[in-house]
Amino acid sequence: MNRHVLMLVVNRLIIAVITLLIVSFTVFAATEMLPGDVAQILLGQAATAEAVAGLRTAMHLDDPAIVRFARWLAGLASGDLGTSYANNLPIADLIGPRFLSSMKLAAATAVFSVPIALFLGITAAILRGTLFDRVVTAVTIGVISVPEFMVATSAVLIFAVYLQWLPALAFANEVHSFGELLRVFAMPVITLSFVISAQMIRMTRAAVIETLNTPYIEMALLKGASRRRIVLKHALPNALGPIVNAVALSLSYLLGGVIIVETIFNYPGIAKLMVDAVATRDLPLIQTCSMVFCLGYLLLITIADIIAILSNPRLR
Amino acid sequence: MARFALSPRRLGYRFNAVGMIGLSVIVFWATVAVFAPLLIPYPIGDIVDYDYFGPMSAQFLLGTDYLGRDMLSRILMGARYTVGISLAAVALACFSGVALGMSAAVAGGWFDAILSRFLDALNSIPSKLFGLVVVAAVGSSMPVLVLTLAVIYTPGSYRFARALAVNINSMDFVTVARARGEKTLYLIGSEILPNILGPVLADLGLRFVFIVLLLSGLSFLGLGVQPPNADWGALVRENIGGLPFGAPAVMVPSLAIASLTISVNMLIDNLPVKIRDRSNG
Repeated sequence: MNRHVLMLVVNRLIIAVITLLIVSFTVFAATEMLPGDVAQILLGQAATAEAVAGLRTAMHLDDPAIVRFARWLAGLASGDLGTSYANNLPIADLIGPRFLSSMKLAAATAVFSVPIALFLGITAAILRGTLFDRVVTAVTIGVISVPEFMVATSAVLIFAVYLQWLPALAFANEVHSFGELLRVFAMPVITLSFVISAQMIRMTRAAVIETLNTPYIEMALLKGASRRRIVLKHALPNALGPIVNAVALSLSYLLGGVIIVETIFNYPGIAKLMVDAVATRDLPLIQTCSMVFCLGYLLLITIADIIAILSNPRLR
Repeated sequence: MARFALSPRRLGYRFNAVGMIGLSVIVFWATVAVFAPLLIPYPIGDIVDYDYFGPMSAQFLLGTDYLGRDMLSRILMGARYTVGISLAAVALACFSGVALGMSAAVAGGWFDAILSRFLDALNSIPSKLFGLVVVAAVGSSMPVLVLTLAVIYTPGSYRFARALAVNINSMDFVTVARARGEKTLYLIGSEILPNILGPVLADLGLRFVFIVLLLSGLSFLGLGVQPPNADWGALVRENIGGLPFGAPAVMVPSLAIASLTISVNMLIDNLPVKIRDRSNG
């Protein structure tokens, strides 16, 4: 039986690699659609035809698209991320520190939202149908169906404008003490936590309710087990796999949320770098940033799937 | 659930109160989108107030924006872009998703396998990122926006429709139709589609919400609807400077988006089981 599980996991990993190839091709193709000649754009209107032709050769722009795609992919795999069009810096140097600060933001959000969301999701599922459950469900649906920037602007209005506890904008490079760190991180983390928690509460609640609807829970109920015993001894151990799966899936929503949150709070992370790159049409930078994002996303959903496979007792 | 089981069959579709509220808000915004030019109190481009970020007043019901233009007029006109673009995109996404999903389910084999793998791969690109990359590459215009949003949400619709169609496809009446020698097109149009229509329409509603949110997000980043036109997301973006003063111009467009998306969710959650779960009935 264990061989079977191993096969399933390996199969899932192979699918992930194939998906990554298709995704990287899509990203490459999308950025290739740019109208106009890159060399001409880089050199400006006054460039001579010889200079443009020279640059085209130097940048290998005359090669067929498939060759350039293969070269780009090989570069990515070997750690050569290319050079930014806008300021001629190596992309690795641009992305490195930005990536770290984005990860800090994501980690802080996860530390806050995972325990809160799990607690609310599980209690809402156990107290299904009560006022508590209905309030939690209504609030989560509300948060999910509004745009992230509305959550962010509301947080600014409440905490910075009316209560005046926090500054409205974040500048992570001016941090000198723990207090300042807290003030800088607070607003983006609050906003992201709201968005992520709402997803996580919904999924956790659904996972626990599904477990509570199984025949063995009914059996435990009929045997006269207390509510507490049913939940802690019978339901939760079996719901653990689906819950962890839900957590991993919800964390993948961080990637979408972070784009809006970093922009609105001026947070110097990788998403802000990418939005700025879109403004300057810095294609190599956009390509690399999108690959970082897609890789993160794919990693999270693959982990979620593998956890779902491993936690399925019928496969063990 | 028990509530719906009691409703008399002969009456056709019956909505409960929450569903009715949702439906009326949707109808309200749809009407506004159609008749906006007749409803606006001031031309949207005119600077009508000497003050900027003006408060709500009898003259300007929703205050004024960062240039002193009337917010109410701009929101009413913004409804056209938000509702119109999203509707076009969702129609396109669901049409292609459902058509491909049904074909894949009926045809099966390598066509199904390759299409499923490819669309699943597309699905694993975060939607905002997809929008960012495409807009960065080809620039933002309305046809580009509609097409991009449609492409982003086609895989999800495909997956949903295919799963439903695979269930129907294994039923006896489809096998009989196949044995009669019916063509694929007939199987899709006359045997499968009528049986998955209800859930597919409910899915279309949910996808509409996602598209409204993504469009607003892109516009908020400055990549969606371009000035001088403005949808609700773009209205938040251009007035974000008023946030420290708590100006109504920042929050009102967000509230408009929220009212639309929450009502669609309310309607779908309270759809009669007859529409929502027709495949199970």
